[in-house]
Amino acid sequence: MAKDYLFEIGTEEMPAHVVTRSVNQLADRTRKFLKENGLSFKDIKTYSTPRRLTILVEDLAEKQDDIDEVKKGPAKKIAQDADGNWTKAAQGFARGQGMTTDDIYFEELKGTEYAYVHVQKEGKKANDILLGMSEIIKAMTFPTKMRWDSNDFEFVRPIHWLVSLFGNDVIPVKILDITAGRKTQGHRFLGDSVVLASADDYVDALKDQFVIVDAKERKDMIVNQMKELVDKNNWQIKEDKNLLEEVTNLVEYSTVFAGSFDEKYLQIPDEVLITSMKDNQRYFEVYDQDGKLINHFIAVRNGNKNFLDNVISGNEKVLVARLDDAQFFYDEDRKYPLSHFVDKMKNVSFHDKIGSMAEKMKRVQIIGDYLAKRWNLPENVVADFDRASELYKFDLVTQMVGEFAELQGGMGMHYARLAGENEEVAVAIKEHYMPVTAEGALPETTVGSLLSVADKLDTIITFFGAGMIPSSSNDPYALRRYAYGIVRILLNEKWSLPFNAVLPEIVSLIDGKTPAKLPKQGEEDEQIALFIRDRIKQYLQKNNFKYDIIDAVLASSQQDPSQILAVANVLQEHHDDAEFKPVVESLTRIDNILKKAKFKGQVEVDESLFDDNSENELYAGVQNLQAVEDLADLYQGFVQLQPVIDQYFDTNMIMAKDEKVKNNRLAQLSSVSQLADRLGDLSQLVIK
Amino acid sequence: MADKKLNIQNMIFKLEQFWSSKGCMIMPSYDVEKGAGTMSPYTFLRAVGPEPWAACYVEPSRRPADGRYGENPNRLFQHHQFQVVIKPAPKDIQQYYLDSLKVLGIDPLEHDIRFVEDNWANPSMGCAGVGWEVWLDGMEVSQFTYFQVVGELDVKPTMSEITYGVERLASYIQDVNSVFDLEWGNGVLYRDIFKQPEYEHSKYAFEESNQEQLLKFFDIYEDTAKRLLSQNLVHPAYDYILKCSHTFNLLDARGAVSVTERAGYLSRIRNLAHEVAVKFVEEREKRGFPLLKNAEDKKAGVENG
Repeated sequence: MAKDYLFEIGTEEMPAHVVTRSVNQLADRTRKFLKENGLSFKDIKTYSTPRRLTILVEDLAEKQDDIDEVKKGPAKKIAQDADGNWTKAAQGFARGQGMTTDDIYFEELKGTEYAYVHVQKEGKKANDILLGMSEIIKAMTFPTKMRWDSNDFEFVRPIHWLVSLFGNDVIPVKILDITAGRKTQGHRFLGDSVVLASADDYVDALKDQFVIVDAKERKDMIVNQMKELVDKNNWQIKEDKNLLEEVTNLVEYSTVFAGSFDEKYLQIPDEVLITSMKDNQRYFEVYDQDGKLINHFIAVRNGNKNFLDNVISGNEKVLVARLDDAQFFYDEDRKYPLSHFVDKMKNVSFHDKIGSMAEKMKRVQIIGDYLAKRWNLPENVVADFDRASELYKFDLVTQMVGEFAELQGGMGMHYARLAGENEEVAVAIKEHYMPVTAEGALPETTVGSLLSVADKLDTIITFFGAGMIPSSSNDPYALRRYAYGIVRILLNEKWSLPFNAVLPEIVSLIDGKTPAKLPKQGEEDEQIALFIRDRIKQYLQKNNFKYDIIDAVLASSQQDPSQILAVANVLQEHHDDAEFKPVVESLTRIDNILKKAKFKGQVEVDESLFDDNSENELYAGVQNLQAVEDLADLYQGFVQLQPVIDQYFDTNMIMAKDEKVKNNRLAQLSSVSQLADRLGDLSQLVIK
Repeated sequence: MADKKLNIQNMIFKLEQFWSSKGCMIMPSYDVEKGAGTMSPYTFLRAVGPEPWAACYVEPSRRPADGRYGENPNRLFQHHQFQVVIKPAPKDIQQYYLDSLKVLGIDPLEHDIRFVEDNWANPSMGCAGVGWEVWLDGMEVSQFTYFQVVGELDVKPTMSEITYGVERLASYIQDVNSVFDLEWGNGVLYRDIFKQPEYEHSKYAFEESNQEQLLKFFDIYEDTAKRLLSQNLVHPAYDYILKCSHTFNLLDARGAVSVTERAGYLSRIRNLAHEVAVKFVEEREKRGFPLLKNAEDKKAGVENG
């Protein structure tokens, strides 16, 4: 017979963000525990609120299966020595089956006598096994744990009660001085404690005590109440899954309500209003039908509708206090010209070991100007970039960003606009932080992209220069994300940047302009190039390129992300073509010969040494292809050239006796090989 | 809302009475400038070591950078905290806290009271704890912490700390939008007492403080604290550490400390805080942990009687 098993850990209020994952952890650990103990069950349901983590194991077997088996051991002559004493082998066999040598008997099998034992074991009862749930509690992990009382035991918050019911029976699991029973606790204010008759009473009994234990049901309750309010008032709200999830895990019973604030605060920038409501108070901001932010908010109470007016007016009061503060910062910041803040950048440290923010901004301007020249960006872009680079970190010292750190960039844009800076400059100030997550949105403007790349490059160069190089497990300054951002922006803007060639140039340009230590040529700068190459790999993997194509394009001498991506695209596109295999084989054959011959001579081909038409044909073909810029065309060119190459191999002896002819032929192959290198290291490709 | 508006001093009386009934001693405010009630020796020093401790007190708390010349309705150079510390933390401490709100006329059924995660840390004093900010209808009115580490020493047994924001809670109870409209007691308003000092302290902290002097003060206070620590004079040493901390806050308000220097100053204070915590436990041990002995005697008395 199978019954449901209910296990509830009752705690003081847990952080909202750990509730869901902790109950999932509890379920996972229980699942593993039951499997290891050979107790079958149908499924595990999870319930959770800020004050409880609960699992319901459905149809849990009442005992393990009984065991009744005959086990065959070693042959008799191995099990006993000449004197009939049990050997180590026999003892080990018996012990392994949970028996002793007394239980061994012999039986003949195909003319040989073997040791046997008859294992009969009654399966353990679930009631006994489930006492081990205490070990599951002890094994649980949390981002932050705490001690309480005088115990060394740690949990996310103090545990106050345990419910452990197998059908109607209490399984008295123990942790510290708490023994599990059948009593659970209702809502902290609205409910009472309840004694559960059986595991299956759990959900309904707690509903009577104003606790909605099913998180999904609680979330739906909030969503529906919210929809009702929004529809009634003709408002709009924006979906915010994270906030909804958080709010769901801040309440045991929910009542959604709306509040408002004076319209005068709407002159504060939207971002500030939203941050004040959302991040600080966990309110949902409200929009009118035109999508304009309006002076209302929606929030959720942990309780019922009684005395809701108190709750509304209290929440309104709190918000107004926050908005007053924001207004104060906003007014203060606007008293000064941007130069007031920019001047302070020399007192703001970028990093102890590197220098000030003012110095960083100076380097970034040099880097950006260099890149702009490289990419032939128009004059107006350069002018806007130069202006933006003089300003772009200034908002770090505004009062508003001091209070709301998450508004960095956004406030800078806002204040730059107010100060009459041109729009490109203002937007670049915000966009230079982008992408803010690995796959986050990229800057949309050219100036923003340029500033973002220059800023990130400077960060990587100076950190590597100062010896703060990320390891595989430790990247405290998120340099990987910066490098990945650079790669994505370069690809998005189709900007070419062969890192191996460019890095030494950049380093020499900024050398001596600020006191920062810079990467040494041939050392850290090469590490940077490899570091960025790994990010290109990450990009290709993320975009589902075949692994052998990734290996091929990264093994070439090419270091420009755009070129690498272009090659990868060509290879990926033609990977399954009929001609792909012969082309790749012909080209790798050339490489193999060159490698074997250890040819390092010059590539000047002397036509006068040709004595077969195939040599002339190959020569002409290569000359044609050398002018081809587009990689897709280059690949097609190789498709055309492939029969010519094969013909060349068929009719010419490469390793000719005449040294001159031999070298000339190797030189000719080498010219093909150099062209082919533009398509990556083709020997890495897996050809079927 | 409470029917009869409780003024601040009656609010404090009620809290003192309530926590006294839960076994707390009512201590006077400590007479050295500090940024929070936690920094009173009645919390910081008593948190470390094995001795039990239960106390409550009002603590004027100076935060120079929060000064607003008395012009902001909710931000103050100096606000007041009502601090409750109990070690070991009672199992029902959350319920005690809720009961204390009822004493102030705040019935949880008529409001929305939440315990929202807020793990408190004061790196400059080497302190960290786990707990919540308590929200009353969306307003943070208290900080509730189980101390885990103080002065970089493990707090064992765990001490619970409840810090009521006196002005916050009072603004709620008295239903005013500006702290300056609060009634302190006997009809005297908060503004009549604190508006002028708020202005003057802000003026001093932001405009008139002498940075060079403050930097010198910091060095002198630090030297003095170190010297006193080397002589095992724990309590005067602690006073000078508090002075270091307050001096740093004044420098910080002035914008005189760069980000880099900041870390340096904080680590200097943290080193002192660690040392004084260690010394305090040593000195208590030399005296046989008197409060531990008291508690055992009391317990034995109960068991024998």
